[in-house]
Amino acid sequence: MVILGNILIFIGSLFLALGGLGLIRMPDVYNRLQAGTKATTLGAMSVILGSAFLAPEMLTKAVLLIVFIAMANPVSSSTIGRSAYKGGVPLASRSVRDDWAKEEATE
Amino acid sequence: MRNWKGTFALLFLLAASWLLIVSSVALVELIAGAVAIVVIVLLTHRSRDLFGGLRLSLKALLFTPIYLMVFLWQLIRSNLDIARRVLTPSLPINPGIVKVQTQLQSPLGKLILANSITLTPGTLTLDIEGSSLYVHWVDVKGTDADAATQSIVAGFERTLMEVVE
Repeated sequence: MVILGNILIFIGSLFLALGGLGLIRMPDVYNRLQAGTKATTLGAMSVILGSAFLAPEMLTKAVLLIVFIAMANPVSSSTIGRSAYKGGVPLASRSVRDDWAKEEATE
Repeated sequence: MRNWKGTFALLFLLAASWLLIVSSVALVELIAGAVAIVVIVLLTHRSRDLFGGLRLSLKALLFTPIYLMVFLWQLIRSNLDIARRVLTPSLPINPGIVKVQTQLQSPLGKLILANSITLTPGTLTLDIEGSSLYVHWVDVKGTDADAATQSIVAGFERTLMEVVE
């Protein structure tokens, strides 16, 4: 149990670190959100589950935390992305397509 | 009671969350939980339509764990995908915003779909307008809107359709 818990915490930290690297390397706010959201969601889930293996009496609370993170994380990044776009933050210059801009231009 | 389904779903979710938080069935805890739940249900009277999209059938119950499995698998895949892109020196991305269509009708269905898309490989939902979603895609393939809909939405939608309207 202890070994499995530690492995899960290690994997989680690894994904969180990769997410941080993604924040630095990606060219614009939208791509950064992509890297940030996915890494923090799985990373945090894995760390929480790992902690629950180390402290079994916290398992039910850990499950609940995981559910709330899975619901709240994507909503918040979606909201940040939308407000960035509506606030006029441009896409990276290497972007190939923007259906949303086309839509607003024809309206 | 205009929307008994929504009320039932909310009651069930709140009760389950409370029992998980306190992880005991002592009378004191149950009474405190019941009071809190009643207050929440009364306060959220107007926004409870959100849960109205849930299907309450044996099939829906069966498909919920399947959906969660699909979701978890996609989440792991998406992390490996991002990790690969971030670690490759040339940063292989081809980003853009695409418009995709969904057949889901209820607000709850669209919410879950949008969340799922955000957590799947290379896609991030930016906005929902009616039945179309604007999705930021790290690796845009092709220029066809239908093809984008197929590869982003269809996989989830089929399973999700069995659970919500």
